[in-house]
Formats: sequence, structure tokens, C-alpha cells
Amino acid sequence: MASSTTAPQASLFVRPNRRTGLVSWLTTVDHKKLGILYILSSFAFLGLASVEAFIMRLQLMQPGQQLVSPDVFNQLFTMHGVTMVFLAIMPMGIGFANYFVPLLIGARDLAFPRLNAFGYWVYALGGLMIYTSFFLGGAPDMGWTGYAPLTSLSANPGHGVDFYAFGLFISGIGTTVTAMNLIVTIVNMRAPGMTFMRMPVFVWMMIITSFMIIFAFPPLTIALVQIITDRTFGTLFYVPEAGALPILWQHLFWIFGHPEVYIIILPAFGMISEMVPTFSRKPLFGYPVMILASILIAFMGFAVWTHHMFTTGLGPVVNTAFSLTSFIIGIPTGVKIFNWLGTLWGGNIRFTTSLLYCLAFIVTFTLGGITGIMVAMPTFDAQVHDTYFVVAHFHYVMGGGALLTFLGAVYYWFPKFTGRLLDERMGKAGFVFIVLGFHTIFFPQHLAGLMGMPRRIQTYPAGIGLELWNFMSTFGTFIMGVGLVIFLINVIHGFRAGKPAGNDPWDGRTLEWATSSPPPYYNFATQPVVNSLDAYWAYKHPETLNVEPIDPRTEGREYDAGGIHIPGQSWWPILASSAIIVGSYGLIYDNWILAIISGFVFIFTIFGWAFEGVGGHHVNPELEGGAA
Amino acid sequence: MSSAANVAAHTHPATQDQPGQPGTRGMLTAHGWRSTRLPDVKLLMWVFLASDCMMFGALIGTYLAYHNRSLVPPFPIDVFDIPLTTVSSFVLLVSSFLMVLALHSLRIDDIPKFRLWTFGVALFGSIFLGFQVYEFVHFVNAGLSIHHSLFGTTFFILTGTHGIHVAVGVLWLLAFLVQSYVRPISSKDAVYLEIAGLYWHFVDIVWIVIFTVVYLVEFV
Repeated sequence: MASSTTAPQASLFVRPNRRTGLVSWLTTVDHKKLGILYILSSFAFLGLASVEAFIMRLQLMQPGQQLVSPDVFNQLFTMHGVTMVFLAIMPMGIGFANYFVPLLIGARDLAFPRLNAFGYWVYALGGLMIYTSFFLGGAPDMGWTGYAPLTSLSANPGHGVDFYAFGLFISGIGTTVTAMNLIVTIVNMRAPGMTFMRMPVFVWMMIITSFMIIFAFPPLTIALVQIITDRTFGTLFYVPEAGALPILWQHLFWIFGHPEVYIIILPAFGMISEMVPTFSRKPLFGYPVMILASILIAFMGFAVWTHHMFTTGLGPVVNTAFSLTSFIIGIPTGVKIFNWLGTLWGGNIRFTTSLLYCLAFIVTFTLGGITGIMVAMPTFDAQVHDTYFVVAHFHYVMGGGALLTFLGAVYYWFPKFTGRLLDERMGKAGFVFIVLGFHTIFFPQHLAGLMGMPRRIQTYPAGIGLELWNFMSTFGTFIMGVGLVIFLINVIHGFRAGKPAGNDPWDGRTLEWATSSPPPYYNFATQPVVNSLDAYWAYKHPETLNVEPIDPRTEGREYDAGGIHIPGQSWWPILASSAIIVGSYGLIYDNWILAIISGFVFIFTIFGWAFEGVGGHHVNPELEGGAA
Repeated sequence: MSSAANVAAHTHPATQDQPGQPGTRGMLTAHGWRSTRLPDVKLLMWVFLASDCMMFGALIGTYLAYHNRSLVPPFPIDVFDIPLTTVSSFVLLVSSFLMVLALHSLRIDDIPKFRLWTFGVALFGSIFLGFQVYEFVHFVNAGLSIHHSLFGTTFFILTGTHGIHVAVGVLWLLAFLVQSYVRPISSKDAVYLEIAGLYWHFVDIVWIVIFTVVYLVEFV
């Protein structure tokens, strides 16, 4: 292998350099490995959250049941929300971005590979830390929104809230640094020729999402710090007796929380915008409008937060203003629906499982959008606030929006991860069960909510008209559960014995299909070069686009004169994140010695990290006859 | 392998919208192609600072939301000592000036001056922190603590967070200084001092906002 090593720097550890085995996964800085870790972890958390949801639905199947106590029920719905939002769906989008943003822009990795590893480890370890609370005296039980003063020491003396606050604080750090990393990567590492308006839509959505993350997470971080200091150091941020305003928590939380909704859904929009054109064999309809609409959503997303607080008595002026902004944000979202429909229109459509999920997304998300417009009216919201209507609404946009898309994206990109295809027949069977189950679960919840069934209650009496809707809803979990099991079997089967996919099974449009499946560790043998949007498609089908075709795979040799830089693996990211976790346990249990020692270990790891340097070596795959 | 000339000379026969070859005005680095001429680390620091704005925004917002809501004295007007804080603010501002000199010296490879000015920044930052510690002790002696009133809670958490930022900056610059004795340093490393400088100036600006919004407005 033609490689040259850069000057070695002082380091405590010998940097591991094997590409397989356990150590390679613990110390990896490769965006593809980290992407897979992200996606697998987020699916594991999705499984946990689904089990929690399933137990809750069993409890609510019949009126007056006592399958779980109210106390356990509180823990279940809190952990279900926390897990789904922070540990499953959002990291799933980030995981896909980790794997695919560099491939889509023709880069060899993210800009800061070790920072990326750090982001993953704090997310994963922070999430596990929250889950240890189940074995350490009870999980958080005040709802995923953690409204003050339910989080105060007097209202909630157990350690559940501490785990919530520390866990979200820590995993929030991970999300934020990964978002910063993605921004730098997308701005700075696009292939030669790839101007901003030639970027794939998924990349656009990820840079917009990342900007939303870096602006939305700090208010949450500060709010969490406030409840941490309230509980640990006795500050008065949310102590009404001292004159504090518990509503401040709601403001800070929703200034984060509403952008968070778009942080979850924009990556899904991006994936839909990759899959629909591919399976319609047409360019995306209205690419610039799509981008502009997303930017508008990102700005407006920061201006609608009090629509979560219509019933808190902020007054008619505030409610009207935020009702208006909430209506306005529906416009760019609606525009996107028409973009996708316009792409499908007249396309040469292949009904693969991925495309079926896209279509299910369009329908389900539109339904969720319609109920969204309904609850954006303060008068209507006053009726359905904190009822199952709202539960149904946000499950339609989060589950039906983001989750269905991610499942479709797994079918779309699995060949790239593994070089194997998922089984289409099993895929379609799973799709039918999942979508049918999803609507059976959540559609009746609209009706239960309209009849006044409040969310977050452990049981309900018979004879007030809620039996049918709750029974249907629980019945739906079985249907969807079957679909998810089929999905799981399909993925396992695909890993072991899926049909070989080849490099480009879908006749794809974007650069990830121009390298082998799975991609080599250096991604592309030569620096890709593009001269248009969908340049790889234009090269394969010169007749369809008004662009002179160039082969992105071979055009950029002169950019590789020095070989491809491969950063060295590193122990520091996982050590730094472990120090943060151990220190948090110290703070939660008032073990100051442990906390202070961990603090110093953390500072030490940061210095170790800095002095270790990027390291690594250069390879030149072309000289060894290379891949792709 | 350098880059700019090479790239500019390379003509794709098929480039869609000639002339100018959109998207090829970046540069080749040892770590591969970069589509802008901004160093990665500098871009990262700008993005971090943007994020940090929101963090201080949330803290200052909390302070303002709880302004005049404390139930028990001491109130801000009882404890603030404007002349003292003016001096400490001035010290911090001067440190920013020294930061500029340090960066300039490193850029022209004047290592002794670079060491002098960098030490100066760290020293002035430490003096600022000393003032802050003095102020905190003084306030605690006056009966204001973190659990005493909303003013105490919001004031100490806001200025404490700022103080931690200053301390991180001091630690960073000292590490830079020590590094310069351990291995050779030159103008090639200036970008790393530049991002430390960006951070330092930002922390300085935040202090100006805090000094105005928290201290001075009290006496309007």
C-alpha cells in the first residue's frame, strides 16, 4: 500500500490501526462505522421505547385495568417520550447523516472525525445512563417535557429527574457537536464543482437541521442546568416560594422543543427527496423551492414555540401572534408535499418498499399536518390541549413522518451499508402491517381525544365512550408489532443471506452509488467531481438532463496528488465521554470526590486528545489497483 | 500539488455554466479537497460561538425574567460596586488588545513577543477572574448566596458561567504557551491561536453585554 505516515506526536496510547474487531469499533473515527453505530443504537432505543409503549397500550386496552401501577405508568410514558425524541428518532436522522453526508458530497470523512466519535459516545452512554435509573430507584416520571415545578426536589425526591436532566444534558452535547461537525463538513468538504445549489437535498436538509440544532439546544442545556443546580446546589430557579416563575421552564423548553420537531422531521424530508426522484426516475420537482421552503421552516420554527403554551394564560395578543406564525409555517411544509407529488407525477415509477414508505409518509404526514393546523387555533387547542388528540397529532408527524421515512430509508440504503438487498416481498408485507397498525393505533386516538380523554392517565372508567377507541388502539399495536418483527427478520436475513446488490441497485442519482457497496474505508478511490445536480445520473443517462456528462468517479485524479488522508483511530473520545458519565453519577449521588476526579480526568483526556493530533496516514488506492 | 493554480487550470470540457467553473475555487490541503478557503477549525469555532450566543442568551434571558422578583435583600443596587467592576471590565478589554498583539507576533514569527503577549492575555484574564472571586466573596459576605434569592441564583449562575468561559480560555492560552516551549511553533500554527483569539474576544464581548445589562442598567 502506498502510504506515508505523518510525523508521530506524543500520545499516551499506541493508536490502534486494525480495521476489524472490538477495539476498532471502540476507537473508530470512520464516519461509516459511527453512522452504523448511531443507527443500530437508535434502533435499539426505538425497541425499548416500543416495549414501553406496548405496556402502556396493554394497560389502557380495557377500562379500569391495573396491569401496571400509576407510578410505573408515569415512568413508562416519560421514558417513552424521552427515548423516542432524544435517543431514537433524532439520532437516527443524525446516524444516516453521519454515514451519507460525506458520501453524498464526495468527501472522505467528516471534518472532525474524533469529534464525531465523541458525539456518538456521549449520546450512547448518556442514553444508557438514563436507562440505568430503572434499576436505581425509578425512572423519571414527570413527562418528557419535565415541566417545573414537577422536577423540584420537594415534588420529586427520587433520582429519576436527575437522570433525566444529566442524561439529556450529556446527549445534547453530543448532538450539538455532531451538528457543528456536519456544518463544517458540508460547507467545506463538498466535491469540486458541487456548489450549494448542486447539493443533494438530503445534504441541504442536514445543514439546515444542524443550524437548528446549534441554536435550539443551548436553551435546553441551560434549562437542564437550572434544574440540575436547583436539585444539587439548592438554587431557586423553579422555586415559586422564592418568586420564581415555573413558566420560564416552558419557554426555555419549547424554544428548544419546537425547533426540535423540525430537527426530527427535516432529515426525513431530505430522505424522501432522495428516494422519490430515484424511484420516479425524474429529477426532484422544484429543487430550489424545496430548499427555500426548508430554510423558511427553519427560521419560522423558532417563532412558534408558544403554541405549546396556549392554555397557560399568556393572553390573547400572544396567542394570536403565535397562532398566525403557526399557520404560516404550514405553508412551506405544504409546498414540499406538492414538490413530492410533482416529482411522482408523470414519473417512471417503481413501487419498491422504499417508495411505498415514501407514499405512506406523504399521506400520514399530511394528516398530521392537518391536525397541526387545527391545534394551531388557540380556541380549538383549548378544547383538546393535553388530550389524546394532541397525542395522535404528534405521533402522526413524528411516527408517521419521521419513523416511516427512516424505515423506507433503511430499505433504500441497506444495499450501500452491506452490499446486499433486503427482501422486497418481506419488505412489502412488513410495510402493510406497519402502516395498517400505525393508523389503527393512532387514528382512534383522535376520537378518544375529542371525547376528552386526557393524555398521561393510567386508566379510565367504563361507560364514557372510550372503550372502543382504546381497544382499537391497543389492537393496532399488535398489527404494527408484527410488521416491526418482519422488518427485523428481514434486516437480519439481509445481513446474512441477502441477494448481492452491486454498487448501484436502484440506478441512483447521487454520489454514494458511484462507489462500491459497502464503500471502502476511504470512500472514493479518486476525488469525485461534479458539474451539475444529480451529476452521476446525468453521466449514466446523458439524454435526460441538459448537462454534458462527466464521470464523477474518474474526473478528479489531480485532486489526489498526495493520496487520501485517513485519520488515525483514537481512544480519547470514548475516554472523554466516559469521564463525563462517571462524573454525572458522582453529581447525582452527591459523591463529590468522584465528580471532581472525573472532572480532572475529563480535562486530562481533552489535553490528551489535543496533543495526540489528527495523525493517520495517506493511501493511494489507484496505485494498488484500488476499488471502484 | 498545490492546489489553487492547479484547480484553476483544470478545465472540465463539460462544466455546466462556464466561465468560472462554479464550486472549484476551494483548495487542496494535506487532508484533501476543501471547497472554501476557510480552515475547518476556524469555521468550527464560528459555529460554536453562534451556539454559545444562544447559551448566554438563555442565561441573560433568565436573569432579566427574574429581575426585580427577589423577595429578600440584598438587591443588586445594594451590592454592585460599579467602579470596581469597571476596572475589572477594563482589564478584560485590555486582554483582548494583547490577544491581537499575540496573534500578530505569531503571524510574523516573532516568537518571544508571541510568548510575552500570550502570557499577558492569560495574566489579565486571571486578574479578571481574581476580581470576580473577590466580588463573589464580597457578595456572599453581604448575605447574597446562590440559595438566598432569585437575584443570587441568576447572578451567580450567569456570571459564574462567564467566569468558567474565561478560565477555559486562560487554560487554553497557557497550554499554547507551554506547547511553544515543547515543540517548535511558527506562523503556520497561527490559525490555532486565531481561533483561541476568536473565543477570547467573544467571551470579552459577552462580558460587555453582561456588564451593561446586569450592572449598569441597575443605575439608570
